[in-house]
Amino acid sequence: MSVITYREAVRQAIREALISDDRVFVMGEDVGHYGGTYAVTLGLLEEFGPERIRDTPLSESGFVGAGIGAALGGMRPIVEVMTVNFSLLALDQIMNNAASLLYMSGGQLNVPLVIRMATGAGRQVAAQHSHSLEGWYAHIPGLRVLAPATIDDARRMLAPALEDPDPVLIFEHAMLYGTEGEPSQDAVDLTSAAIRRAGDDVTIVAYGGTLRTALGAAQVLAAEGIDAQVVDLRILRPLDTATIVGAVAHTHRAVVVDEGWRSGSLSAEVASRITEEAFYDLDAPVARVCSAEVPMPYAKHLEDEVMPQVDDVVAAVRAMGA
Amino acid sequence: MTGPQGLAIDATTVAQRDELEVLLLREMIRIRRFEERCVELYSRESIRGFLHLAVGEEACAVGVMQALSPDDAIVATYREHGHALARGISMRATLAELEGKVEGCSRGRGGSMHLFDASTRFFGGNAIVAGGLPVAVGLALADHLRGRHRVTACFFGDGAVAEGEFHEAMNLAALWHLPVLFCCENNLYAMGTALEFTESETDLSLKAASYRMASWEVDGMDVLAVREAARQASDAVRSGGGPHFLEMRTYRFRSHSMYDPDRYRDKSEIERWKLRDPIGQLTTQLMSRGVLVSADLEGIEADVAAEIQDAVDFAAAGTDEPIEELERFVTSPPAPRDRP
Repeated sequence: MSVITYREAVRQAIREALISDDRVFVMGEDVGHYGGTYAVTLGLLEEFGPERIRDTPLSESGFVGAGIGAALGGMRPIVEVMTVNFSLLALDQIMNNAASLLYMSGGQLNVPLVIRMATGAGRQVAAQHSHSLEGWYAHIPGLRVLAPATIDDARRMLAPALEDPDPVLIFEHAMLYGTEGEPSQDAVDLTSAAIRRAGDDVTIVAYGGTLRTALGAAQVLAAEGIDAQVVDLRILRPLDTATIVGAVAHTHRAVVVDEGWRSGSLSAEVASRITEEAFYDLDAPVARVCSAEVPMPYAKHLEDEVMPQVDDVVAAVRAMGA
Repeated sequence: MTGPQGLAIDATTVAQRDELEVLLLREMIRIRRFEERCVELYSRESIRGFLHLAVGEEACAVGVMQALSPDDAIVATYREHGHALARGISMRATLAELEGKVEGCSRGRGGSMHLFDASTRFFGGNAIVAGGLPVAVGLALADHLRGRHRVTACFFGDGAVAEGEFHEAMNLAALWHLPVLFCCENNLYAMGTALEFTESETDLSLKAASYRMASWEVDGMDVLAVREAARQASDAVRSGGGPHFLEMRTYRFRSHSMYDPDRYRDKSEIERWKLRDPIGQLTTQLMSRGVLVSADLEGIEADVAAEIQDAVDFAAAGTDEPIEELERFVTSPPAPRDRP
């Protein structure tokens, strides 16, 4: 396998799904003629035609709901929502229908739908295109929420997501599309967190866009003689608590890195689970590095200040006395 | 485009026509008497939560359902007892659902507002106003992509036309030429607020026309007119004519829900509409034509009463879902490979 970008990895995964299952189709804003806002679907319209690569109007609720209906009707739709901020326009469909129909119908109606969307900051696109709201979706029973942080996961998570009889949301951090790597041929699971770096002194828990930050911090810490273990959550719902707790039991210290806001966040959930299930293994209180609680500002220096940076993580670890 | 004016139903002989009309009457009486019994059961606290009755609107549910095929799909609202019964969900399963029993059509998970039945392709039971419309578009999209000649009938009230999802769904269905029959039950009130207080344009068929969608207006108090309009519209939809919009002008005789004190309309308005009661009108017609005599009507009422009593007994004898199953169906049962 050759080196490819994250963007190409997602495109290969979609293309493979379109080839292998004629129930699969792609629907969303600018997925066809434009080639995808992030160029993920570039070339697919030419290869698969407008019935299967379906440009939609700017009607997030309408086309996400149509994806739900098509899934009920036996299809396997991949719906692309341009960014997580826009997905709020479709929150009714995601929450009140996709996540609830199986339960409300007493187990009769599955919704095998995949919704992909971009998330995260770093491109100076300010307060309506930059937030990390995946933690909100991770709050909702009935959804499976994925955050591929590696080329491997970008390439391999889609196939099992399409096999899932229930709705799956995939959050792709916008800063990852240009990153490169060599995907393996192996299938991946949609259940477990992954240890991306082994270490004995502290556990840094991250996901999606913050995995790079965590690994960068681990590198800096290594130079100081601190051996950090890095856990990539991969699946934001249901959380793989066992892996997190196991990792913390090994290092006795934990820092959770989350690009979402601190209050009521996914990082709060992870920290709570560590305190509930690994309290007596801890040598220090769980620390968190999150985004500053402001709507994302435009100016570069302000945006940088808002987002979790390598230095912030390093400082948090140092403060724990690791 | 306007709807058909005359009655030209497909029942060819007079006898067939008479038989059909009696069937339509019987179905409306089933729904009316069922809902009246529900009020009693609500007073006795066998039914709780919200209970939205469609007394007065029975012709809409019965007329449309009688025009559909078993392969077609239905998306309904929270005022859907009539749609469920008219579609063929058993009265037993419907009432058991209203009483929260595991024998209910949604295992007691949904209640009055969320009746589901995969076997009759009844996709709810949606209590978010206009929330069902995009789903109906998707069901129709699936049929379109698979080359299946089926109709998705989507019910909603006049209140739904104020929602963005209505407009998004109408546009998508028309843009993609999908086989959706939009069935608007215009009962003039969005809960307690009259259409004139909420819409700059109260002629709802114009909204459909703005999406270049064929729209039909029909007297929603006349089950024969509804049935005929729905038949012609669904035939057109099924044969590739694109989505159609059916505005059924109807009226709810009772309050919005059991909680509604009904302060927002004149009693005289209700009484005026009751003169056009769909059941009363059709009964009078059939009796004046000699198709129906008092004894027949009594027979229908007796049959319906027996069916209701059977459903009441069934629901009363129903069981509570075991607490251990509380989390069942939040997600599907684990698949061997992908679940812990």
